[in-house]
Amino acid sequence: MDILSALAGWLTDPANWQGSDGIPNRIFEHVWYSLTATAVAVAIALPIGLALGHTGRGGQLAINVSNVGRAIPSFGIIILAFILAGIGFIPVLIALVALAIPPIITNSYVGIRAVDPEIREAAAGMGMTGAQILRRAELPVAMPLVMAGIRTSAVQVVATATLAAVIGLGGLGRYIISGFSQQDTPQVLGGAILVALLSLATEAGLGAVQRAVVSEGLAQRNAEAAVAAKVSATTT
Amino acid sequence: MSVLPDLPAMAPVVAAELVRWSWIGDHVDDISRRFNEHLFLTLVPVAAGFAIAFPLSLAAVRWPRLYGPLLSVTGVIFTIPSLALFVLMIPFTGLSRLTAIIPLTIYTLLILVRNTVEGLRGVPRDVREAAEAMGYRPARRLFRVELPLALPVIMAGLRIATVTTIGLVTITALIGRGGLGQLFIDGFTRRFSTPLVVGLVLSVAFAVTADLLLLGVQRALTPWARENR
Repeated sequence: MDILSALAGWLTDPANWQGSDGIPNRIFEHVWYSLTATAVAVAIALPIGLALGHTGRGGQLAINVSNVGRAIPSFGIIILAFILAGIGFIPVLIALVALAIPPIITNSYVGIRAVDPEIREAAAGMGMTGAQILRRAELPVAMPLVMAGIRTSAVQVVATATLAAVIGLGGLGRYIISGFSQQDTPQVLGGAILVALLSLATEAGLGAVQRAVVSEGLAQRNAEAAVAAKVSATTT
Repeated sequence: MSVLPDLPAMAPVVAAELVRWSWIGDHVDDISRRFNEHLFLTLVPVAAGFAIAFPLSLAAVRWPRLYGPLLSVTGVIFTIPSLALFVLMIPFTGLSRLTAIIPLTIYTLLILVRNTVEGLRGVPRDVREAAEAMGYRPARRLFRVELPLALPVIMAGLRIATVTTIGLVTITALIGRGGLGQLFIDGFTRRFSTPLVVGLVLSVAFAVTADLLLLGVQRALTPWARENR
């Protein structure tokens, strides 16, 4: 197929591998947007989810946040933030953080709530304080779902960061958007392949992190938690 | 092929008003056309996804070894961003409706297969054995006993798949397939918030309405579960 050789030509053209529009720089921008947004989202959502789970209060709120989040299209939020706040990273960051928060809150809440009450009671019986129970008993047991929530959010963020290019920012979406307006199909396809690979790499990389931080005895719960978190999340 | 104009290097004009009502009145036809496109691009993939997921789920319940690989494959595809998957369809289907419909259908599979299988697996064993003892053959047992009991979980999957698809359809505007996402693009290119807000409100309202409708269907189909609520 002609299109495949044109695509291979685009991907291997040395000119596409250097400068500010080069593939390495676009990957760097994409990862930078995604990493910042995910870090901010974790900093906001993880304490909320853990606290809700630990106290057992506001559970319905956590689930509702997730359901409403799923219904809101991030594409629209990015453009709304752009019209209100102007060009720049901030509108994209707002949209990405908003997208990433619900899966983290819901999954950490559900993860902590699902901890066997006997474990909690045993920890309390050993004289642990509330914070110690959360950190040393509940969190390790809930870790497969907590990590799956973060992983799902991160993958969603990487996917949605592609849309930053729509409002004139960089990242790998640049190739898709510019390629469309220049009617340059190899560039569009090359961008799509790079975005897909980056998403899969994020999923696999965080999967490795998940396996590393989850206690060996609970490792068999990882795969199930990953699917549960994905199904509970919004998608882009 | 071009959908988006190149971005002019200028600050956006912040609209003094978020919604100009007269614009909505003048563009009812345009808005309803976008909504109908959105409706079509939601219903077809969800229906097709269910038609594919249902037999796959029955197979995964019958042969449990299939379930893991099925979740892995649909999970990997689920990870690929929708814009990328739409674009990667272009060499095969051009910019036709199928370019949007095929990926949207595939995205529903993870959710629908997982919930259908979990729903059927959740049917208590003694119920299954009782049905068997009463002389129910496998097919009849499936449709008369197991599916009704699994229905709440299956319907939950259908609701999630529908709401997720409604959100994803907004992206298809970027490949020229219209839908409410086209109103986002209109708002963006003209730095005019009204079409954008209309598109956002309609897509959220559509998602919430579809969710409630499916919940209503679920309640209607499981009258025995209602009394306990």
